[in-house]
Amino acid sequence: MLVNRKLILAHFWLAFAVFGIALTLGAWQMFIRSPIGTWLSNPELYYRSLTAHGTVMGYVFPTLVAMGFGYAISESALEQRLVGVRWAWTGFWLIVIGSVMAVIPVALGRASVLYTFYPPLIGNVFYYLGVVLVVVGSWIWVALMSINLRVWRKAHPGAPVPLAMFANVAGAYLWAWTAVGAALELLLQIIPVAAGLKATIDAGLARVFFSWTLHAIVYFWLMPTYIAYYTIVPRAIGGRVYSDSMARISFILFLVVAMPIGMHHTFADPMVGAGFKFIHSAFTALVALPTLLTVFTICASVEIAARLRGGRGMFGWIRALPWDNPMMLALAFSFVMLGFGGAGGLINMSYQLDASIHNTQWITGHFHLIFGGAIVIMYFAIAYDLWPHLTGRELIDLRLIRTQLWLWFIGMIVTTFPWHWVGILGMPRRMAYFDFGDPAIAPQALSVTFSAIGGFILLASGILFLVILARGMRAPQAEAGPYRFALAVHQPATVPIALNTHALWVALMIALTLTNYGYPILTLAMTEGTSVPAVYVGAQ
Amino acid sequence: MSTEETHGNGSASAEVAARVERRWATIAVIIIVMMALLAAFAGIHRATMPQPRVETTDPSRIHLSGEFVESNLGSVLEANGNVTVRAIGQQYSFTPACIVVPVDTPITLRATSADVVHGILIQGTNINTMLVPGYISEQLMRFARTGDYLMPCQEFCSFGHEGMWGKVKVIDKTDFAGRAKGGGRLSCVGQ
Repeated sequence: MLVNRKLILAHFWLAFAVFGIALTLGAWQMFIRSPIGTWLSNPELYYRSLTAHGTVMGYVFPTLVAMGFGYAISESALEQRLVGVRWAWTGFWLIVIGSVMAVIPVALGRASVLYTFYPPLIGNVFYYLGVVLVVVGSWIWVALMSINLRVWRKAHPGAPVPLAMFANVAGAYLWAWTAVGAALELLLQIIPVAAGLKATIDAGLARVFFSWTLHAIVYFWLMPTYIAYYTIVPRAIGGRVYSDSMARISFILFLVVAMPIGMHHTFADPMVGAGFKFIHSAFTALVALPTLLTVFTICASVEIAARLRGGRGMFGWIRALPWDNPMMLALAFSFVMLGFGGAGGLINMSYQLDASIHNTQWITGHFHLIFGGAIVIMYFAIAYDLWPHLTGRELIDLRLIRTQLWLWFIGMIVTTFPWHWVGILGMPRRMAYFDFGDPAIAPQALSVTFSAIGGFILLASGILFLVILARGMRAPQAEAGPYRFALAVHQPATVPIALNTHALWVALMIALTLTNYGYPILTLAMTEGTSVPAVYVGAQ
Repeated sequence: MSTEETHGNGSASAEVAARVERRWATIAVIIIVMMALLAAFAGIHRATMPQPRVETTDPSRIHLSGEFVESNLGSVLEANGNVTVRAIGQQYSFTPACIVVPVDTPITLRATSADVVHGILIQGTNINTMLVPGYISEQLMRFARTGDYLMPCQEFCSFGHEGMWGKVKVIDKTDFAGRAKGGGRLSCVGQ
């Protein structure tokens, strides 16, 4: 029952439009710093582009996808008209206004601080205010998801919350809480300085605040993808979810342990002691658990589909899968990239191994593979799956869709594998230029060239994606029927209260955050003499 | 990770499914516990670990007095034969821009930033630390081979970041001892 189609389409279209712009910037960056580009006489242009690319890809694009998808889930899984439509539009427009407000100073070169902010570098105050508006807009969505579930619960006392909505609301709560870290950094530290009320800032404390957001935000990006794994893929390929409760446990684990682990981003930092670094490292290992469980459950669910289609044998069933189905293809690509990216992630979070790749191109390769690869390819799949239900028109050209997915997969591998490799060679991140004439850097030239070519393959795939969606708006009308989610093999008649509500887990999430972050933040905040003079960018 | 109770119908296939699932969950937990134990073991034995202590310094005064005044930057041979290197990062260079150290010697690198966040990465090694203004970074290191190593800044420090490259020159032990005889702080700037 998708009633507010316009609202959902607006979120998706804005998401994919800004994605297209940021993708183009990304491809240009790959090119300009590679040996095939020529020296950009003004490196500042590169950092403008990098700030815009990161801000859009990190804050605006995935947030809009999660919101649009969330509204679609709420209406179709709960079979209930969205409550608070006017508020939903308010959230949408806040994001539009915030994005424009943020992008103007960036385009003018007044806020080239990258999306990770990096105080004591301080940019134009409107950049930060724009980001705050985007987050506030998304918090309206969080509240709406919570309210809609509550309304449904009242009408269906004791009934199991549909898995898609349970996971969707878990993702919303995760985002609400993880955004608090960056919000504290912005409101308490950066904005007062950017507005000229203060001239000094504690850079170490700011890094700790940001780490609070920086890791769990990845799990917020990941949520729509995991929801698609569990609740769309099995239905689309004709299978069943292997286990409804394991799915719930995975989402609960994400909610609880994605948060108190962000300090693995600060292993190399001087303002956090060994104890908390180790605790966060161990907790990060724990977050591999829901992913390991998911890989098992989804592979089992896919196997069910294959066996229902007549697949036989230990591995023979793989051949029986509907490989011409874009959803199947997207899932397979996503899993391959998740596997490589996840293995890389285990290295990054390792207390010891991190030092050999920290802040090298390996890290950029890693999160592009995980986010741009494993996660975003499922955003495509979600859009393809939902589009006919939103537009009332069919996406006819499955071949074109498969080509787009193949291109994205190949592009991502060609881009990120060499990227990882030069990282191991010690190539640092976020540089507008490399002197490939230096004999010590020359061996990296070939790999960087490959990465740049991969960037253009990705750009081609991204353009194709937008073309497919745009053509879908003009295709002949066809009623797609109600939007449905996958059923479990043993669809639960009742669910234990712990797997049907979020309160306990949200409490645990907050408690773990306080134990893992409370002490470091308090001691840093109380340490005298660590505030340093702000360095304003673009002030000349 | 019990799941039976949710499967209400208690059919045999549900039993099997739950058992297989439980087995996998157990394996996953074992993998994770093993990883954490390995990290703890290696950390305790100091095989390698991140900086453990927090030390602060005032960046607006480091050029005036204390450990990071200009005359104290560079490499110094300590009485016990170890070497201490002191350095600062600032937009857009390291001081000293070329660090000279002996091979096969325990070295302590102490560094901080004079302005924004920088990073020190020595290519071909796992020496990698952030320089955060207000805090002192300390790294223990030891080079097994002589030679020249590039030392780029690995953290975005504004528009000149791409030009912030230092160098580390690892030289023979006796050579270093000879240079250190005269006292003072050594570097290889201009060599």
